[in-house]
Amino acid sequence: MSEKIKLGRPGGFFETFERRPGSVKKNMSYCPGCGHGILHKLIAEAIADFGIKDKTTFISPVGCAVFAYYYFDCFGLQVPHGRSAAAATGLTRANPESIIIGYQGDGDLAAIGFNNFLQAANRGENYCVFFVNNAIYGMTGGQMAPTSLIGQKTVTSPYGRNPLSEGYPIKVCEMVSQLQAPIYVERVALTSTKNIMRARMAVRKAIQNNIEKKGFSLVEVLSPCPVNLKMKTDEINKFIDEKMTEYFPLGVYKDESATRTKVERPLPVYDRDAVVKAMYREVECASCVKAPGDSDIFNKELRIKICGFGGQGVLSLGLVMAAMGKEAGFNVSWLPSYGPEMRGGTANCALIVNRTAIGSPIVDSGIDLLIVLNRPSMEKYLPELGDNGILLYDSSTIKEAPAVKPGQQVYALSGSDIAEKYGNLKCANAVMLGALAAILKKKFLSAGDAAAFDQTAFDGFAECFAGKEKIVKMNSEAYKLGQDAMAAELK
Amino acid sequence: MAETIKKKFRAAPAPDECKGCGRCVSACPKKLLKLGTKLNFMGVPYAEYAGEGCIGCGACYYSCPEPGAITIYEITED
Repeated sequence: MSEKIKLGRPGGFFETFERRPGSVKKNMSYCPGCGHGILHKLIAEAIADFGIKDKTTFISPVGCAVFAYYYFDCFGLQVPHGRSAAAATGLTRANPESIIIGYQGDGDLAAIGFNNFLQAANRGENYCVFFVNNAIYGMTGGQMAPTSLIGQKTVTSPYGRNPLSEGYPIKVCEMVSQLQAPIYVERVALTSTKNIMRARMAVRKAIQNNIEKKGFSLVEVLSPCPVNLKMKTDEINKFIDEKMTEYFPLGVYKDESATRTKVERPLPVYDRDAVVKAMYREVECASCVKAPGDSDIFNKELRIKICGFGGQGVLSLGLVMAAMGKEAGFNVSWLPSYGPEMRGGTANCALIVNRTAIGSPIVDSGIDLLIVLNRPSMEKYLPELGDNGILLYDSSTIKEAPAVKPGQQVYALSGSDIAEKYGNLKCANAVMLGALAAILKKKFLSAGDAAAFDQTAFDGFAECFAGKEKIVKMNSEAYKLGQDAMAAELK
Repeated sequence: MAETIKKKFRAAPAPDECKGCGRCVSACPKKLLKLGTKLNFMGVPYAEYAGEGCIGCGACYYSCPEPGAITIYEITED
């Protein structure tokens, strides 16, 4: 006498669920009698039978099945609530040969992600969706779902769902079957053996359509949630077979899989050189003086942060410096950050100057140049200054000398006082830029760069304040004042 | 006249993978499965097979929500 396995653990599952925390490695994390397990098994069986493990992506939902990637032995993707359709669209467009299985619950599909889902269905994306409808929010503890039945008592509808206040249960299959693009729409139930076998055929058909790339298939599965509906196995089967199917009739709503042909979309093109060319344009600057840019400091990425309070011209100073970098032929990024207040809140901007492409525009450590215009900013951002970084601060607002580490260089200028004496406090930022110019010229710039620096700064003002001649003139004068004052201090 | 060979089957619930929901018990057309009184390591009474008479229909297998809690074997008499 010999025995062979006729029906056993489906090959679409991992042999043991090693990703699952805890000591139970053979079981899934669902409650006893949960429909997810039954549907998982049908899908896993189909994946194994069709031999598509190595090109299938299973998109886990948010909900009880969030850890479906623990179980399925294929590619897995876990997406935010309701975004399954968006992720699936991207996947199928970029990898037309892959087989994509969307798996969504009633909250995921029929509530937060309904538009995503409906649009994907309407576009006829090449993937299949298994919609688990259990008439309740399972994972969060039995709240009312969009598909809860009329009069159904849940945690959030203790007097029963009233269509006048909560609307009617959403009939997803009926809606989707009205669209032109979907090829196959069916509603099945996981109750009796007959219904489960019907569901098995539907699952296989949807995946088959997906293998043949015919378009969008939807299988809505009326699934038991015995724990949250507080019923025993037989009661929940009876509830689904009698109450739910009365409102959500089972059956095929649309099936055009026999007449449709393969959907082929143009492949998205990724040409790296074209992208780089489009994003990092070479800007020819006719008017400005071409600085040689041969100073040592330009051989690495310069990370700059300018901070103060809103209204001090923190962001404008950053813009002017960014314009200067641009005119001198560098790539620059400028990232402002400020509070909701227009004036008076803290403000800072991060600036990166680089010869080659810039990655993230965020500057939060290893700052090469920190320009500080008020004390709270000094306290906040001094720790971010890099080991050999330069600190330039306004000594008219910051009286105490900052405690810097050895190796860091500190320069101070009473920028606000100079600007006030000049006649306009708003020019303090230009004064500080002048001070920076003096420091750079004396210590860091090559002769050619130093000679071109002033003109580059004036071009920067002209670009940032285009059409405001008075402001350009004022800033240029303040810049010169700051440069002279700093040069005198450095002597 | 050739003797008709009747295939024999055996349903084998795995005690430590059963969560005791009882779906297989209601699904079995021959009423050969029942929830026992012994508890498994998860602390639930698990499904037990009566020992004889399985027709290999797969009803218990497909109604079971756990991946490997029920296996159906086909028995070949030599």
